[in-house]
Amino acid sequence: MNIHEYQGKAMLREFGVPVLEGVHCTSVEQALAAYDNLNSKVVAVKSQIHAGGRGKGTLYDPQTREEVMQGGVKIAFSRDEVETYSTNILGNILNTIQTGDEGKVVKNLYIESGCDIAHEYYLALLVDRDNKSVLIMASTEGGVDIEHVAEHTPEKIHKVIIDVNAGLLGFQKRDLGLALGLSGMSLRSFGKSLGAMYEMFVSQDCAMVEINPLVKSKSDEIIALDAKISFDENAEFRHKNWSQLRDLSEEEDVEIRAKETGLSYVKLDGNIGCLVNGAGLAMATMDVIKLYGGEPANFLDVGGGADEEQVKIAFSMIMEDPNVKGILVNIFGGIMRCDIIARGVIAATEALSLEVPLVVRLAGTNVEQGKEILAASELNIHSANDLAEGAQMIVSLIGGDE
Amino acid sequence: MAIWIEEDAKVLVQGITGKQGHFHAGKMVEYGTNIVGGCTPGKGGQTVELEGKDFPVWDSMTEAITATDADATVIYVPPPFAAEAIMEAAEAFDSVKGEGIVICITEGIPTLDMVKAVAYVDNRPGVRLIGPNCPGIITPGETGGAKIGIMPGHIHAKGRIGIVSKSGTLTYEAVAQTMSINEGQSTCIGIGGDPVNGTGFIECLAAFQNDPQTAAIVMIGEIGGNAEQEAAAFAAENVTKPIVGFVAGATAPPGKRMGHAGAIISGGKGTAEEKFEAFKKAGIACANDPSEIGSVLLQALKDAGLR
Repeated sequence: MNIHEYQGKAMLREFGVPVLEGVHCTSVEQALAAYDNLNSKVVAVKSQIHAGGRGKGTLYDPQTREEVMQGGVKIAFSRDEVETYSTNILGNILNTIQTGDEGKVVKNLYIESGCDIAHEYYLALLVDRDNKSVLIMASTEGGVDIEHVAEHTPEKIHKVIIDVNAGLLGFQKRDLGLALGLSGMSLRSFGKSLGAMYEMFVSQDCAMVEINPLVKSKSDEIIALDAKISFDENAEFRHKNWSQLRDLSEEEDVEIRAKETGLSYVKLDGNIGCLVNGAGLAMATMDVIKLYGGEPANFLDVGGGADEEQVKIAFSMIMEDPNVKGILVNIFGGIMRCDIIARGVIAATEALSLEVPLVVRLAGTNVEQGKEILAASELNIHSANDLAEGAQMIVSLIGGDE
Repeated sequence: MAIWIEEDAKVLVQGITGKQGHFHAGKMVEYGTNIVGGCTPGKGGQTVELEGKDFPVWDSMTEAITATDADATVIYVPPPFAAEAIMEAAEAFDSVKGEGIVICITEGIPTLDMVKAVAYVDNRPGVRLIGPNCPGIITPGETGGAKIGIMPGHIHAKGRIGIVSKSGTLTYEAVAQTMSINEGQSTCIGIGGDPVNGTGFIECLAAFQNDPQTAAIVMIGEIGGNAEQEAAAFAAENVTKPIVGFVAGATAPPGKRMGHAGAIISGGKGTAEEKFEAFKKAGIACANDPSEIGSVLLQALKDAGLR
């Protein structure tokens, strides 16, 4: 789960990490009032969306699709500029390298004081799968794409692996600060900020905290100039405040509803809907559709214990997508019995008066009963014996791979 | 032989009085698994009925292992308490007998809880953790066998193919594929789809390589992380038995979590393409489609003079 920069900075401030003064706004009037109150001649006007690359993005008018402005993060030197930039940003679509072609409508703005920057660094805390621990990464090359740094100058990235039972130790903070070339006051400021960030990472169940750039000011203070924070969704049960931080407009409506009913759904761009049990098999089903010339419309895992009702909900979600021209159901019954799935499929197709072609591949527990139930129904359901056959059938039923 | 779990292994169930634990304990007994009891704090001294037979429940894992000399435990405890259940089992096995296998089925454990639990288990070298968020491990026998987890037992048969996978239902698919060419399984292990877990691909490959019953291996990965690439590099150096590989998620969009917490392509890394490439480079025979695993395996067995 991702949160906005302004929310992340509020959290950093709460834990004692220095951030600049800033105000969250949702209108041009609020932006101007924020400028008047901040008492800073120079302010940053920052689009708030859950995607990176905002500074280099482009703003478009949602109706005409005409370009409005280059750059979703602007430095304003006057009240007039704040007004111009806010007007150009709010309500328009911001397209960045991470948003995809459709971009995202900007509904939130952050107006932040300026600061005298002496140097920009990169800092990130994340869970490292290889070391099965928390990893801190820092670089002297801040404000740029870190993947580029990792590829071209890997020696400029410094890493510290944390023993979670010992926590982040003093020497680790010092070593990392020294590797960044810090000394004296800035080294102490860095150690204090890093300690606070680690405490936040652990206590708030973060999946990633990325500060790019982390800056050293001309007065030798270490300040978080950006904040990209995401949480580990598995830990939601112990963080009641996440429901307030969640911006549902940043998530696909159907994906939210799927989660509420215990299904896992991700929308894709193709036209063959899939309904599968198990995440790995659901991915493999998409892959095989593609292998035989089709394009999957979604990832949908109904889980290990889905019942008739959930199968029905899953079907209705697939059919909400107007691109769907056919559906492939792929179930390997373990705990889930194929006869129950077959009944669920029939109930759903009748209830939704399904008109697109439907291919069902069943295997595992009670497969024979499942197939008999499907065969005995009057409905136009095609039965496949394995995944490859199912994928080929649905691709040819919707008119091949043109 | 088989790996880690023998056909007659003595197995405890943590969370045996819960809905999931009770249901699956019954299925395991039905399959023939040697279940010796369970553990639910606060319910010690009670018994649980499975398939018409009573099984004892203990308050603590130390008591349960001391009383039963169990070889393994399987955890069906809900996510908020699962990491602690893993650590309790690890400590109990370590202090009572110096060894044991801990299998955690639970899905949805917070990642930082798993970071702590894995470090805790690693400090007890005789203890092995499998999972979490996995179907478990099964060593099929001539009659019955040891099914420890949630997989459908009846699709398996004793044989010489070792299977290791990150995904549940894809493992079943691979099992069905081996059966389609008249091959059974030595041991099938689901290592789970979480970003931080216990036993990984490499340990499974090494164990299969050393297991006289295993003649060939099926390895199934998915997008996210680079465990598959590392396993491929290990296999190239250390595994002489034929390996068939498949990776799920070639069509997954970057940055989206695909069901499993660990199945996400981040920063362009962890793609299926990358993983297939590593497999091919290591001489692993790749199936483009799970329905091809059987035929690719048959060819690999023939090439090795095993069919």
